[in-house]
Amino acid sequence: MAPPRNRRSGFSRKAHFGIFATYVIAVTGALLGLLLVVTAWVDPSGHNAIRALLTDVTAPISSGMRALVRGTGDGGGAVLEYFRAGSKNAALREELVIARRKLLQSRITEYENKRLKRLLDIAETAGNAIVAARLTSSSATSSRRFAILNAGANSGVTSGQPVRAPDGLVGRVIEAGRTSARILLITDTGNVVPVLRVNDGLPAIATGTGDGAIDIRSLSAGASVFKPGDVFVTSGTGGVYPPGIPVAIAITASGDGATAYPLADPAKLDFAVVLPIYQPAVAAAPAAPESEGAP
Amino acid sequence: MRQRILLTEREERNARLRGQILPIITTILGSAMVVLPIIAVSPIMPPFGLMMLLSWRLLRPELWPVWIAIPLGLADDLFSSQPIGSAVLLWTTSLLILDLVDTRLVWRDYWQDWLIAAGLIILCLAGGLLTANATGGNGNAMLIVPQIVLSILIYPVVARVCAVLDRWRLS
Repeated sequence: MAPPRNRRSGFSRKAHFGIFATYVIAVTGALLGLLLVVTAWVDPSGHNAIRALLTDVTAPISSGMRALVRGTGDGGGAVLEYFRAGSKNAALREELVIARRKLLQSRITEYENKRLKRLLDIAETAGNAIVAARLTSSSATSSRRFAILNAGANSGVTSGQPVRAPDGLVGRVIEAGRTSARILLITDTGNVVPVLRVNDGLPAIATGTGDGAIDIRSLSAGASVFKPGDVFVTSGTGGVYPPGIPVAIAITASGDGATAYPLADPAKLDFAVVLPIYQPAVAAAPAAPESEGAP
Repeated sequence: MRQRILLTEREERNARLRGQILPIITTILGSAMVVLPIIAVSPIMPPFGLMMLLSWRLLRPELWPVWIAIPLGLADDLFSSQPIGSAVLLWTTSLLILDLVDTRLVWRDYWQDWLIAAGLIILCLAGGLLTANATGGNGNAMLIVPQIVLSILIYPVVARVCAVLDRWRLS
């Protein structure tokens, strides 16, 4: 249809000013938007507080829907699995061979770990979870990867705490409302997790790519250090993430990096567990450069 | 033909209110689609809020003043996890561009509407990537290509939904 030509306001001076005013408001608004983006870059905490109010309202709605939808989603997945049975079988067999090798290795590591821990006199700090809650929704339209957790400051969740699932690391809390919290997933392009390779403790950095994968970069220079099948766990370097949480498994290796997939798939999670912020013991700091390489 | 021409005062008021409010409500509902319980591993959901805004604007150019994108964009920012101000900036820019386009084109048809909407969707998604990257992200352009393609393909459906709503709105 033709747009009406009434944008030209004719001789009415009042109408003329009216239209002019809408443009002035619009341009001012656009500039204000730009200013807000700049302030979000400089100081994100104020913005987070505003958003947290809204997620507090929407998280219960998403949570209710998620309970309804989960059954249906699983059904769709089951049908897809059926079609992929052949290739999956081959892949699984291959994976089993790797896994068997890994199991053996992990037993050796476990033994060594125990021995070293006894040596260093470190107590296991397990079972210190703050709260277990559901991931309810996510930033599906944005290029950033956030998810909404169905628990907030009322349950003791505060900004910065790591979040994990039984299978592995999910991300960390970036803002906490009263009853909901926003999680920055490990697949986000702005999330950096210090990791190490399980078999030999090779330190690396894991960064999300934004499309469900994780980019692993080695900290030591050298060509093709990673192989497909390498498993990475958090190293605990720099605090925040406690050491020893599984993060990702490498799928393809290229150059001094690898593309990995997270071991905990946020889309299929039932519950995620919020952990306290990990603070490495201050006394252990001087010894860190030597002991970092050891698993 | 209508059975009853005369409306009571209350009915008339409701009808007028519906005429004003429905486009705004449906646009905000489009933005609120991210509340759906999907944990997306990549940005794949089309920006339904933006698509509703463009549909309404292309269908009824006289419906909204240009500054309507400021409150609607703000609502979208609150839902979308984009830095606040991102959609305010991009949506207002889109509407200003649309006003410019309207002064050039005398007659728009369906295909031109789609083309214009496609251009503005690309503008807003690319702009959204820029603002997200400016505030801590590090995504590359390939990340949003599937979303752009999907959004452009789905746009006619949104426009059709919008037309149906418009029929109800004015009935």
